[in-house]
Amino acid sequence: MSTPTRYRVIALYKQLSYLGREYPAGADYFHKKLKGAFMKNKDLSDPAEIQKRIDLGDYVCKEIEAMYHINKYRAMKKRYYEDAGADNIQAKLENTNWAQGGGSSATSSSPRQ
Amino acid sequence: MSNLRILVATKRVVDYAVKIRVNAAGSAVETANVKHSMNPFDEIGTEQAIQIKEALAKSKAGTAEVVVVSCGPSKSQETLRTALAMGADRAIHVDSDEELQPLAVAKLLKAVVEKEKPDMVILGKQAIDDDSNQTGQMLAGLLNWPQATFASKVELGDKSMTVTREVDGGVETVKTPLPAILTTDLRLNVPRYASLPNIMKAKKKPLAKFAAADLGVDIKPRLQTLKIAEPPKRQGGKLVESVDDLVDKLKNEAKVL
Repeated sequence: MSTPTRYRVIALYKQLSYLGREYPAGADYFHKKLKGAFMKNKDLSDPAEIQKRIDLGDYVCKEIEAMYHINKYRAMKKRYYEDAGADNIQAKLENTNWAQGGGSSATSSSPRQ
Repeated sequence: MSNLRILVATKRVVDYAVKIRVNAAGSAVETANVKHSMNPFDEIGTEQAIQIKEALAKSKAGTAEVVVVSCGPSKSQETLRTALAMGADRAIHVDSDEELQPLAVAKLLKAVVEKEKPDMVILGKQAIDDDSNQTGQMLAGLLNWPQATFASKVELGDKSMTVTREVDGGVETVKTPLPAILTTDLRLNVPRYASLPNIMKAKKKPLAKFAAADLGVDIKPRLQTLKIAEPPKRQGGKLVESVDDLVDKLKNEAKVL
């Protein structure tokens, strides 16, 4: 590893390792993958190629952050705003042609947002 | 708009991804050896304060100082450090090992507000542990300040703010003078993830500590928790042998026919 990008790569590794602590499949799983991915490229010497890998690492960081946010957002939405899902089910039920008792379908009470 | 001071209240709660368990006595939720993190709605509040600060700095219209405050046991400082790592300027920890109910927290925050004199107080609309959804409203009442709750969009004007609120079946836009209380809803913004260097820097940011008793506030609990129980377990499905069996079960067990 050449010196100019050395600290950049180490910082990237640390950041990813930190992000991996909350990985849904487990921190150990993530860490193995992370180490493998870095070790695979340990013999790179072309600066352009190294930069490409660093950019890829930054991109993965962003993706993981986005995934954590989506997970949290979905959990909150499911817990506190679950009517969105209930709406869909109700709509599906209402659109289904029941063989009997079509007239008795209850009018949907407007769910709270 | 010259110099704003924004106070953000945060709470340390059991992490959203943890399966909640009730303790053996049925009196409280198990919190020992359970992962804790900042209340997601408070994260949104912190992010909003930092965004206001950054927008002011960018437009050179003025500056903003973001002060985060948390009431609770000494471990609340972890939450404050998280907020500092996100970009808050300094933190205040109101230390209390007793159970703090929304009214007590609102009174403590009032004492902090009187000390700090902020132009805006941002709170999460509710904490995901007790789901009270009261603290912001009570604080507004105690301070006699205007409040804009369940915000999904905030625009800062000159000595005022325009807030879009999430209400039943739609949105409502209100304009309030500052100082005011703002409570955040889920769609307000996307909280940032603190980077590792910022977490290190946050360790050096100032964190003031007060004992709740020193603020001269009555924090005795007003509500008594009688019992906490887990929701009923979902019963597994059953296989039926024949149509007759199914009809029989629908009639006698499910009682829907």
